[in-house]
Amino acid sequence: MQHFLTTESLTLDQLTAILDTAESFINADGSSVKKVPLLRGKTIVNLFFEASTRTRSTFELAAKRLSADILNMNIAASATVKGESLLDTLRNLEAMHVDMFIVRHQDSGAAEFLSQHIAPGISLINAGDGRHAHPTQAMLDMFTIRRHKGAFDQLKVTIVGDLLHSRVARSQIHALRTLGAKEIRVVAPRTLMPTQLEALAVDRYDTVESALTGTDVIITLRLQKERMQGALLPSEREYFQLFGLTPERVALAAKDAIVMHPGPINRGVEISSAVADGEQSVILQQVSYGIAVRMAVMSMLAGH
Amino acid sequence: MEFKLDQLLDDLHTRTAALIEQRAVADPLLVGIHTGGCWIAQKLHKQLGISTELGVLDISFYRDDFSQIGLNPQVKPSQLPLDISGKHIILIDDVLHTGRTVRAALNELFDYGRPASVTLVVLIDRGGRELPVTADVVGMRLDLQPHQQVKLSGPEPLGLKVIELDPS
Repeated sequence: MQHFLTTESLTLDQLTAILDTAESFINADGSSVKKVPLLRGKTIVNLFFEASTRTRSTFELAAKRLSADILNMNIAASATVKGESLLDTLRNLEAMHVDMFIVRHQDSGAAEFLSQHIAPGISLINAGDGRHAHPTQAMLDMFTIRRHKGAFDQLKVTIVGDLLHSRVARSQIHALRTLGAKEIRVVAPRTLMPTQLEALAVDRYDTVESALTGTDVIITLRLQKERMQGALLPSEREYFQLFGLTPERVALAAKDAIVMHPGPINRGVEISSAVADGEQSVILQQVSYGIAVRMAVMSMLAGH
Repeated sequence: MEFKLDQLLDDLHTRTAALIEQRAVADPLLVGIHTGGCWIAQKLHKQLGISTELGVLDISFYRDDFSQIGLNPQVKPSQLPLDISGKHIILIDDVLHTGRTVRAALNELFDYGRPASVTLVVLIDRGGRELPVTADVVGMRLDLQPHQQVKLSGPEPLGLKVIELDPS
């Protein structure tokens, strides 16, 4: 595997290998391992064209724990503002002999485009491209699910929220299908539901109550407040009333269901504080596991 | 080739105990290298009656062939029971061959702290060193051809045999 662009392109064996490798980077107490020398001497570049603190920081931490050198490209202050094209930015960085790129871009397909023009021997990780994919987030979500639930074949998973704009949800759905999840349920306001869901082979529900009944895993998506300006929703309060994850709604799920959220959470919009801070929430663990999973992906690409 | 494994292990125990006494080490820390070294370390740990918990090292992250063969997806966590600074470590492995595993284990140990000393105990020394590494206690020396390999199976019962690799 030279690049890590989507979960859609991965086989069951490849997905499982990533999850198994991520286990190696977790200690017995659930914390990530201390520094290992695996990627010493390698240079990794965080090429983020879209704002991100969380994803960029976890990639940076993951690279440092593998003993790699990491370069953070602050695109807003970079030559791109001066009009440099995406390809020229890439070529300039390649000339500095870097080994791996981590790219987040506002256009769907940007990662694929770059991967086609990248010099041989250099790897690329997609940290999110437009609405298309966010594979490392999906992998850490799968890792979290596997750690809490074990096998996927009997699992009912419910995804609640803004699916229309969610690259995270798309990557999660592909991964869940390949891993053999029993049911993948999706629920969202009509204005935030993609139109061609059949292509994703998921079960569409109209109310959050029906989607949550008996489910084992609840994945809440962030309501991106930008959507308000687009008149896609009347207000945050109405969204919370109809779709927000409250303790009453979570009670409809299986007794030992887990609550997940890719972050950052909007308290009182897509999820109540009681649920976000409650016993069934594994939201903070997702963050810890994110480092191990990214260490795994980087190691697997560097060792190919 | 037939091996009297129990006898080898007893012998290993006797010579290790003698070395510990000779060096007047009061509180040695036994560390086994996954996987075969750990099995042997467990036996030694019991035979020597050491109270300090046994340490285990998985050297997968410290190997020197990562660029060639990539990462083993089944890495087990390394676990050392306490701060190793100032401790006398007895590093245990099943087979000593090129010496690269021992080099990796030493690098890993020194990332944890500064031990007072490291003593190497191996069940089998099969020669073919590629690095300047020597064991302090050797159960048995074997002269093997490049296409032969000696393997310890376990954990219960432990077994030792020489296998012929495909010459192609």
